[in-house]
Amino acid sequence: MNLVALKMLLGDKLKYIALVAGLAFAALLVTQQASIFTGYAKRTGAWIRDTGAADLWVMDPQLEFTEDRKPLLDTALSRVRGVDGVEWAVPLYKGWLRTRLPDGTLVTTRVIGLDDATLVGAPPEMIEGQLEDLRRDRTIFVHADQVGDALRLREPFAGEGPRPLRVGDVVSINDHQLEVAGVYRSTAEFFWDPLIFTTYSRALSIAPAERKQNSFVLVKVRPGEDVALVAERIGSSTGLVARTPEEFESVTMNFVLSKTGILINFGVTIVLGFVVGALAAGQTFYMFVLDHLRHYATIKAMGASTWMLIRMVALQVSVVATIGYGIGVGAAAAAGVLTRGTGLAFEMPWQVPVLGGFAILFCALAAGLLGLVRVLRVEPAVVFKG
Amino acid sequence: MIQHTETAVVCRGVKKVYGEGASSVQALRGVDLEVRSGELLMLVGPSGCGKTTLISVIAGILDPTGGECIVFGENLAAMPQSRRTAFRGKSIGFVFQAYNLLPALSAAENVAVPLLILGQRRAQALQRAQAALEKVGMGDRSHSRPSQLSGGQQQRVAIARALVHDPRLVVCDEPTSALDADTGQRVMSLLREVAIAPGRALVIVTHDSRTFHFADRIARMDDGHIESITDNAAEPASARHAP
Ligand SMILES: Nc1ncnc2c1ncn2[C@@H]1O[C@H](COP(=O)(O)OP(=O)(O)OP(=O)(O)O)[C@@H](O)[C@H]1O
Ligand SMILES: [Mg+2]
Repeated sequence: MNLVALKMLLGDKLKYIALVAGLAFAALLVTQQASIFTGYAKRTGAWIRDTGAADLWVMDPQLEFTEDRKPLLDTALSRVRGVDGVEWAVPLYKGWLRTRLPDGTLVTTRVIGLDDATLVGAPPEMIEGQLEDLRRDRTIFVHADQVGDALRLREPFAGEGPRPLRVGDVVSINDHQLEVAGVYRSTAEFFWDPLIFTTYSRALSIAPAERKQNSFVLVKVRPGEDVALVAERIGSSTGLVARTPEEFESVTMNFVLSKTGILINFGVTIVLGFVVGALAAGQTFYMFVLDHLRHYATIKAMGASTWMLIRMVALQVSVVATIGYGIGVGAAAAAGVLTRGTGLAFEMPWQVPVLGGFAILFCALAAGLLGLVRVLRVEPAVVFKG
Repeated sequence: MIQHTETAVVCRGVKKVYGEGASSVQALRGVDLEVRSGELLMLVGPSGCGKTTLISVIAGILDPTGGECIVFGENLAAMPQSRRTAFRGKSIGFVFQAYNLLPALSAAENVAVPLLILGQRRAQALQRAQAALEKVGMGDRSHSRPSQLSGGQQQRVAIARALVHDPRLVVCDEPTSALDADTGQRVMSLLREVAIAPGRALVIVTHDSRTFHFADRIARMDDGHIESITDNAAEPASARHAP
């Protein structure tokens, strides 16, 4: 009877297309939104991933995410260096400072101070200038994309119209004159204030004086040592907390998701996708069943068992669900490929198509059950009605 | 007294009430009827007298409110739903006024449906369907969709479908009333020709008096009762075969 079920379905072109389209739309909505959500969520940890080299990040136990500033005592660095299993440990400064551009524009920026000796934590890719340029006096690196945006000169300056900041420009942070010596590129971040790189000592010299200044200690674990064990040792001997990059990423992501409306916003859209898909598919399939009720009744009169009818309806629903799912997820993936490089966050790990699959399964179940109830309820005696 | 083996259907005091309370309709008011194996019984009577209701009960697609209907020794109303469904699939063929062919299926696929329901393999079912179509003179239209066939041709396909699984009882509700007079005659004569078989009973509801002569016996109904039963064999041959 599979043949009969399929021909019934495909014979009703209009409803068949409407069903597939409805389910495809739901699958598209759910997976595309979930992918964008995943993209944004992953961006919260972009800076941690770019910072790369460290096995462990040592921080204040109360620090909630990467942008939180809970500086450590100066002694923290040497105490971490003294922990068994630590290959090396370097300081990292991260703080908010206001930067005045040559044209007088004032921009809130995040300043990263890298260990003077090793420059551990440097940007992943230099577009202009070289990493070594940071060792020159009074130098900073600015972000390639942000140069064109937040760090843009708004006013005409020195005979030129508005333009992006470039190598050689001099900016002022806390009345310290600093020269742009390099332009870097990094992974797109969730946080939007421009990130300026300089050395640790220079960062401390331009930042307002504080009793505690160092933000993080980056740690390399000696080869062969168990990272978790070293983290535990650091914790117990310094009272600080040492997190692997992955742990720090998930702490940051969880904080951002819990403090912003992102999760709810995307969640609502995704649930809406579920609901709209279920309603559209349910409604269309119900119409399909109503239109073919006479045929179901005929088949029933001719001896089709309940189980056979269930199988027929299930087959019809699974065909449209599978095709709709394929089209929807395919379209979402295509949209992701097409929007690559536009700055839109889009990330489709395997969980997303699985979620989409569950959404479509849910829609198909809703539609199938709705239709099935009608099919099972129809009195075979209606076959004799004119 | 007719021997049990010769009896296909025995209805005793069958009652059917549709609905409840003031708006209820008494469609059958105690029907007693026997259908014999190998005969063509016509059920005739004015509109609304309960013909469709009665064959629905006989075919096991409608539960009577009272009385009982024994079909080949089985009390359908007393059977669990699933067994009754299986019984219909195996033992009963249906022909409907509105043909009830599945529009998306070809003629051969439509005819194969009862076999597919019985669990036969597709290739084999289609092969048998083809043979059944040939019997009703539709062998060359097996790939046609119902919409590509005339009413008479569709009813032939429906007859092939009703017979393809060799059921012991075939019920037809006004199989000719959607057809013009000539086509109706031809369809009825086809039914008489291909559906009658030893051990098989044929019950045809009709109000087309021009087809009455195809019957072995005619049961006249009125207002939920069987009024009279006439045996055509007892009538003069000339009367019986008049057009
Ligand atoms: N499902 C139903 N619900 C309520 N009343 C019904 C139903 N089916 C039939 N009836 C009523 O039962 C009576 C018998 O109906 P039935 O269809 O059996 O008559 P019929 O002899 O087949 O008539 P026709 O020649 O017009 O087909 C009629 O009064 C009809 O209105
Ligand atoms: Mg009727």
